[in-house]
Amino acid sequence: MSSSLLFNVTTIAYLASTVAFFAFLASRNKALGLAGSGIAYAGFVVQTVAIGLRWQESYAMGHGHAPLSNLYESVVFFSWTIILIFGIIDLKYKYRVVGAFVVPFALLGMSWAQLGMESGIEPLVPALQSNWLLYHVVTCFLGYAAFAVACGISIMYLIKEKRETPDSSSQAGGIIAMFPSIKILDDLNYKAIMIGFPLLTLGIITGAAWANYAWGTYWSWDPKETWSLIVWFVYAAFLHARITRGWVGRRAAILSIVGFAATIFCYLGVNLFLSGLHSYGGR
Amino acid sequence: MTTKERGFLQALWDFFCSLKLSISLLILLALTSIIGTVIPQVPNIPEEYIQSLSQTKVQLYDKIGFFDMYHSWWFILLLYLLTVNLIACSIKRLPRVWKIVSEPTLVMDESFEKSLSLTHEIKLKGDGANVKEKMVSFLTSEFAKPVITEVDGTCHLFAQKTPYSRLGVYVVHLSIIIIFIGAIIGSYFGYKGFVTIVEGQSVDSLTSRSGKTIPLGFALKCEKFTVSFYDTGAPKEFKSILTVLENGQPVPGYINIPTIVNSPLTYKGITFYQSSYGSASEGGTFHFTVRSRKGGAPVKLTARQGDKVQLPGGGTMQVLESTDEVRNFLPQFSGPAARIEVTTGSGAPQAFIVMRNYPELDEQRGGDLIFSYDGSDQKFYTGLQVARDPGVWVVWLGCALMVGGICMAFFMSHKRIWIRIANGRVVMGGSASKNPAGFQLQFDALVDKLSKL
Repeated sequence: MSSSLLFNVTTIAYLASTVAFFAFLASRNKALGLAGSGIAYAGFVVQTVAIGLRWQESYAMGHGHAPLSNLYESVVFFSWTIILIFGIIDLKYKYRVVGAFVVPFALLGMSWAQLGMESGIEPLVPALQSNWLLYHVVTCFLGYAAFAVACGISIMYLIKEKRETPDSSSQAGGIIAMFPSIKILDDLNYKAIMIGFPLLTLGIITGAAWANYAWGTYWSWDPKETWSLIVWFVYAAFLHARITRGWVGRRAAILSIVGFAATIFCYLGVNLFLSGLHSYGGR
Repeated sequence: MTTKERGFLQALWDFFCSLKLSISLLILLALTSIIGTVIPQVPNIPEEYIQSLSQTKVQLYDKIGFFDMYHSWWFILLLYLLTVNLIACSIKRLPRVWKIVSEPTLVMDESFEKSLSLTHEIKLKGDGANVKEKMVSFLTSEFAKPVITEVDGTCHLFAQKTPYSRLGVYVVHLSIIIIFIGAIIGSYFGYKGFVTIVEGQSVDSLTSRSGKTIPLGFALKCEKFTVSFYDTGAPKEFKSILTVLENGQPVPGYINIPTIVNSPLTYKGITFYQSSYGSASEGGTFHFTVRSRKGGAPVKLTARQGDKVQLPGGGTMQVLESTDEVRNFLPQFSGPAARIEVTTGSGAPQAFIVMRNYPELDEQRGGDLIFSYDGSDQKFYTGLQVARDPGVWVVWLGCALMVGGICMAFFMSHKRIWIRIANGRVVMGGSASKNPAGFQLQFDALVDKLSKL
């Protein structure tokens, strides 16, 4: 069995999970919510095996390296980390409906990777031949994934807040009724960013350590570095907003969405639109 | 000091202590940082980019510092403001937090009890001393060792966990200042530069980024440079074999050190990083085969760059330039090539290109002599980035503190439990600095165990 077949199975699982979650929203049938989570976890297990298999395949091809070396591999890994962080939040805080706004991110990543990208295993260029690659990429993407989950929760927050009138006892039913209260969404948003921020910090530090080891400068204001710092600034602002009157809730949710937009630009936009030291990530 | 002055200073202090200033500065830093990722920064500004801008735009950008924005006065000012802001915030809030940590409230009286969201009361049989002992051993085994305070026949117990987690935020703030200090040390006492060394030769100084020549204090010799490729044509490895020389003598332990990308060489605090390579312009020899169109045995020739070499039957030739890969200049060809100039007795000098992979090509030129290129034993040069940064360990210290501080601030909570024993009544109260929902579960579990005593 090849890894690429398993990646296709993963993509279909995330698609099925997304459909189940949307049906859950529409029907409020608890079984559908359970199915959404269950299928997502099954897809996660398959994807874990597939990533391991691809790692093994690269050794069989004679240039073994962790499957984190180009855009295809990073998008696949990003999807994996999104489901991982979703799983942690789902199992710990039990707000299943969040999946409807998070699993689609993983589905988007997997379909883009499987349908639109070259999936061949390439040997490592000299710049990437280092153990730092693993530490740096893993910490960064776990951080990105937590921000993706926070962004999904913040979107729910903004939708819910618009509908939630002061006399919330008489609020309309329908899809929105499934959402947790805005207070809980605000708290979940914060909890997801509490996972993401330390990981992003570690990702930037491991990147700086690697840059210092390989190039002799821990910081050179390369566009990728600068954008990672921009993301860090935005979430640092978010963390301070949480303890400032007038910034809780709505503004914090907007900051979280802006932060994820900056994260995506840092991850993809820099490679597509700007030139710099991370050019291998764009291929 | 007049009241007006005091009012102004107070306002200034309040301004720097405000969290709104922190949020504004962080957002402002995020926004302005984008500029330097869109506009090329020195020293990597392509000539075409400058030409694509209008004259006024170039002058304007230059004046505002957009071409070196991360070192411009206003960006540095923002960083300084952030530093002052986080120092001021810490000075304002730290004493209060420190008091909670160092002088904990040992006694839960009735009014304090009302301020706690988690309290529970139970009745326990037995005399006062017995109950007290029970409670002390209960807290010690289930939570943490309590401090006992007796006031007017009422017994108060206080126990806490990880009080220092409250300081996490200030550790993070301190770490940012330490990282800045490390960066400043690096910029004043360190340097970044570049050396190029031809195979077999050595250098004893480097060129800094600002163009200054800095002596190394020793010499570095490049014994050999090699480059290898994967089957796909992608580069696999760039490798310089380096030897450190002191007073012309190789230093033991620093002889024939392979230096590749991601594996630099460090000697006396100066680190050399494999960065680029190329063909040395001097020193190499080129090999040619010359035969006459009229027939006769081919003649092998060897030429150094710039030397005029006698040709069989009169005249001279010389090598003008050469390359290992002609594809960069003539996309339809590949392999090594040389441009040579041939002067025969009659007529003007003729310059043309000969390529190793196409030995028959020169026949089409129509000259009396037909040249083919056999390649060169030309030498490579290796390009090494050189860096000395005595501040880097300060930066790593700051980074370590930051990670530690963030973990303290995010994942640890200062948990406190009070117990008051009076007249057979036992009242337990609790509070946590973070995650109230999680602490409530823990508190409920404690209550549950307590009632089973």
